[in-house]
Amino acid sequence: MTVSELGEQLSLTAYALPDGARKVTGGYTGDLLSWVMGRAQEGDAWITIMSNSNIVAVATLADVSCILLAEGAAPDKGVAELAAEKGVNLLGASEPAFSLGARLNKLL
Amino acid sequence: MAESLKFHFDVDGDNFTSAGAASVEVKRKLRQLGFPAEVIRRVSIAMYEGEINMVVHARGGVADVYVEPNCITIVLADQGPGIPDIDLAMQEGYSTAPDNIRALGFGAGMGLPNMKRYTDEMKIDTVLKKGTTVTMKVYI
Repeated sequence: MTVSELGEQLSLTAYALPDGARKVTGGYTGDLLSWVMGRAQEGDAWITIMSNSNIVAVATLADVSCILLAEGAAPDKGVAELAAEKGVNLLGASEPAFSLGARLNKLL
Repeated sequence: MAESLKFHFDVDGDNFTSAGAASVEVKRKLRQLGFPAEVIRRVSIAMYEGEINMVVHARGGVADVYVEPNCITIVLADQGPGIPDIDLAMQEGYSTAPDNIRALGFGAGMGLPNMKRYTDEMKIDTVLKKGTTVTMKVYI
């Protein structure tokens, strides 16, 4: 499944979708950035409530397929633009990380 | 690639939001050079953790990356306060990061452990009130 398809099926808000054709191969949930870099796998959809610009660097370095902002967390000012520029898919949903992850898991 | 390539970066200690720029750039360059994805991931994550450490604890520093066919060496040098107890700093979960840094998602006490985990060799040279140099090697 691609990130674009994931966005449609989960009715996510797309803040930046520079690489919608990227395949989603798994999922990881976490807000501690070092933890995410240590544990998330390449291709994962990363669910977090962190919305500052550092998530773009972490997503790039961990090579996740997309960032999914849960709990209605909106990207901080300039973060969506930064994500678009760096080729990082950034989407969001109003629901909690737990239920978002559960719905993602059903699609994988 | 007969001789090593060298990349040099100044890590800005005042601009926390741009921290990671050097690591992302190294990742891009290593991709261009055709290194295996797992090697690139290990190098760039280890370097990012070090970069963040320099920004959080030492008001920035310099990063040098030496690329050879069979080894990538990352040298991170700062003029910060030094590390009083390296064994303690290496413990997962131990952190002296301030609250404003923790609010950004850092300060989990995983920085140095991740750097060690992702590299084949790591050496820390530190002098209190003088600075710290971390040298990491990843073999291909």
